[in-house]
Amino acid sequence: MSSGPHEPEGLEKDGLRRFATIWSRAVYPATQTSMTRAELEDYLYPLAVRLCDALHAHPFTPAVGREVGSALVDAHCTSPDALPHLLGVIDSYLVLYGRDPESTTLDVDEARARCSRLQHSIAAGFTQALRDRTLSEQESLSRAALAAQTAVEEALHASETRFRAVFNSATIGISIADMDGRIRDANEALARMFGRSAEEMRRRNVNEWVHPDDAPHVWRMHRQLVRGERDHFRVEKPYHRPDGTVLWTNLTVSLLRDADGEPRYQLALLEDITERRLLHLRLRYEATHDELTGLPNRTLFAERLDRLLSASGDVKRFGLCYLDIDGFKAVNDSLGHAVGDQLLISVAERLQSCTAGSGHLVARIGGDEFAALVTDPSGPEDVTDLARQVLAALATPIGIDGRELSVRASIGIVEGPSGELRPEEVMRSADITMYRAKDAGGNRYELADPDSDARAIDRHSLTNRLPAALERDEFFLEYQPLIRMSDGHVDGAEALVRWKHPVHGLLGPDRFIPLAEHTGLIVPLGRWVMEQAVRQACAWHEERSAASKNGGGKGKSKGKGKGKSAGSGASDDGCRPLRVNVNLSPRQLHHPDLVPDTVAVLEAAGMAPSSLCLEVTESALIGADEDELKPLRQLAELGVEIALDDFGTGYSNLANLRRLPATTLKLDRSFTQGLQQHPADPADVTFVEGIVTLAHALGLAVTVEGVETEHQASKLRDLGCDTAQGWYYARPGPASSFQQGFAVIP
Amino acid sequence: MELNELETQMERPAWAPQGIDLTVPSVSRMYDYYLGGSHNFEVDREAGKRAIEAWPGLPKIIQANRAFMRRAIRYATGEGVTQFLDIGSGIPTFGNVHEVAQSADSSARVVYVDNDPVAVAHSRAVLEGNEGADVVSADFRSPQDILHSAEVERLLDFQRPVALLLVALLHFVEDKDDPWKTVREISDELAPGSLLVVSHSSADEGPMRNVGAGVRDVYRQTSSPLITRSRSEIKQFFEGFDIVEPGVVPLPRWRPEDMPETEDPLLLSGYAGVGRKAGSVG
Repeated sequence: MSSGPHEPEGLEKDGLRRFATIWSRAVYPATQTSMTRAELEDYLYPLAVRLCDALHAHPFTPAVGREVGSALVDAHCTSPDALPHLLGVIDSYLVLYGRDPESTTLDVDEARARCSRLQHSIAAGFTQALRDRTLSEQESLSRAALAAQTAVEEALHASETRFRAVFNSATIGISIADMDGRIRDANEALARMFGRSAEEMRRRNVNEWVHPDDAPHVWRMHRQLVRGERDHFRVEKPYHRPDGTVLWTNLTVSLLRDADGEPRYQLALLEDITERRLLHLRLRYEATHDELTGLPNRTLFAERLDRLLSASGDVKRFGLCYLDIDGFKAVNDSLGHAVGDQLLISVAERLQSCTAGSGHLVARIGGDEFAALVTDPSGPEDVTDLARQVLAALATPIGIDGRELSVRASIGIVEGPSGELRPEEVMRSADITMYRAKDAGGNRYELADPDSDARAIDRHSLTNRLPAALERDEFFLEYQPLIRMSDGHVDGAEALVRWKHPVHGLLGPDRFIPLAEHTGLIVPLGRWVMEQAVRQACAWHEERSAASKNGGGKGKSKGKGKGKSAGSGASDDGCRPLRVNVNLSPRQLHHPDLVPDTVAVLEAAGMAPSSLCLEVTESALIGADEDELKPLRQLAELGVEIALDDFGTGYSNLANLRRLPATTLKLDRSFTQGLQQHPADPADVTFVEGIVTLAHALGLAVTVEGVETEHQASKLRDLGCDTAQGWYYARPGPASSFQQGFAVIP
Repeated sequence: MELNELETQMERPAWAPQGIDLTVPSVSRMYDYYLGGSHNFEVDREAGKRAIEAWPGLPKIIQANRAFMRRAIRYATGEGVTQFLDIGSGIPTFGNVHEVAQSADSSARVVYVDNDPVAVAHSRAVLEGNEGADVVSADFRSPQDILHSAEVERLLDFQRPVALLLVALLHFVEDKDDPWKTVREISDELAPGSLLVVSHSSADEGPMRNVGAGVRDVYRQTSSPLITRSRSEIKQFFEGFDIVEPGVVPLPRWRPEDMPETEDPLLLSGYAGVGRKAGSVG
């Protein structure tokens, strides 16, 4: 042999290459290798060489077949199906293409026998390799599975450890119970909260933990959870502690299900809120009770009233006594707040004694106001009975600091069916009714009635609107002329205030002056009226001055319309200013700024004091002492005219007239009504005559009001009255109508 | 700790690992079975046999897929891309990515990613001592876990192009998990010039149209159901990439190295393609 066993040449080389091509083509479809077919062929070629060498070797040994079989498995020819293809090609073509042309020693029979033995050897090698490979792969896979499982277990263990740490060091209590309620695990925090050991906790069953203060829905929700109908719930729940105290918790229970969704465990998280709850209760008590008397306060009262009035409850009727102590301010002012407080405490005690055991709520609403709330009275009598008891209980004088104080109170009672009135309506009605009791003299109760309420509400809404009305210029003035009876000329005018209410329309002074007087708004309103009136008087004066100057040149044309107007008066009187009368209420009269305000108004307008007449009612001056008369006297000394309005309606001490700073008496219309008839009522004639005589004797002028007929006017002139006012001359009208000239009948 | 927080954690602790259930067929072990390997258990072989029964050509398709991957890796190294991120790598078998890549360029870096703990453990054993390759236990559907894994950060330089291999993976990701979005999310991290290698089963052509249901039935029992997608749906994975010649084509037609004498119509049941990320190479 010239060539080495691994260096086939020439024909042999071409033959083996051909063999490898056939071999790879046969084997490739049966393999799962990712090699290309060409790559496989390149891989097979050296194997073919070795087989060929073995075929011709001396001595012959088939051992190389095993190596070739193993190499085929290494090339990923692992399918048993590949084996017949592998061997089939060797069987058919190895002897043919693997012939050594120079070798003659090997006869064909021998070659075929050797080829068979090589095939046996390849099969053995292939099988051995495949078995080894399978076993090793299985082993490595098992090792991998084991490693993966170990990794998972380690991760689980780490997770479990972390979870344990969370479980054990959590500040909230955690328990896990099975679906029968047996606690399987509980953490330290829970044990501490219950004052037991964790071991003891694990012997308990959650179903034992019933507490009388459990909310009614707790156990219903728990049953739903156990049945799997609910996944979690959250409640405030109390528990008994072994030491007899109560543990209050925020409890959250969650259902834990298994992979199939079946309920497995109930997980409870408990947060100890005992302290927080106590604090809350204390704060709640403080927020709902009056510090001084310990009675429920307005807040709690409002809650109870709310509940009582809601139709949803089983309560059918409600009753309310709303009580205000008469003259409490005087006690506070004269005896001091300490005594006032003592008094309130005693009143609270007596009120409580009246309702003790009845379940009625007594509350201090504020200041000296108290309320008793009667649940489900059989009728108004139940509530009036209570009011009577209360008044009786307060009638016994209360001893404070050695003083005996008798307490009087006014009570407004509201009683009715639940579900009709809203709380604020009830409270308003009670308030109105209480004030009715006060207005009726106090120390009594009144029962609410819708008519009184409606009137009061009307008053109330007007009163509330008053300040805004002044700001929004809803008030305006009208003027009614005052006629000098001697010549029928306009002497002046009375300013009368009106309210153009955006809802109720035009309102006369009788509707709102008492309200303004009551609230004190009369002071700014009165000042505004005085300003307006004085300014108007000045405007008239300026017009008249201008007219009279013009009258010098063009007097004829101006006076053409026959002298019965203000214009003709002006030409007679020259520039004497018209006087304006302004009403002064009692409150204004006593206001410390009356004098400075009036002076300021006059100065601002540049008007002589004598052009302003302040009308004061006779009743406002009754009983006034010298101090009280002082401001009026000062004004009179400045030259401001003072008229005594509504004269004859009060019971004035005629002797008193002398010392009053008045300049004019305004005789009330009631005395002049009798003179409208023809013939006149002789008694009225005598009376008016007497008054006029008296007034003139005292140096006072007399003005009559309510003159409506010509007869009346001439009679009053005859009786010596100085000025007159009434529809006969003119109705009140805007300032502009005054300028145009009133329809004055001379 | 707030009650709610604790409650949530107790319902599903974030750190709790997934368990291993060896009674459920594993996609990666079935794949090994198709390739004639023995890295599989009885349950995997049973499932594999049923799949082959429903679709006798399956091993050949898998083989063709495997061959495509080899060609794609060689293409990548030929283009100078020597970093590989192989998601859904499965059980390491003969002719794996690192073998092919490192035989072409010994400095090649490969990171395998799989969500099958057994496949990961096995890969770890196979790769022991290989400085240039490692494996990450993570799921394609949580790409941030992959991108921020210690292995990826250690082995891959995202400033340079990376070949992202999603070979026979995306057909196991359902539409509800929006695989397109996940591919984009990973691609966003890749440098220009990076390659996206995708193969995906399809019922567009070939016999899958008829036998698909049977195979899908088998896979429904595994941890990952099989989703076939149309060619145009598969092409959408290449958004932001320029698809290289010959485009998205049946597996054996992607840059074949030797002309197959006969083309088995079975091999038309899957598409393959490679895209290059647009932009200048930094």
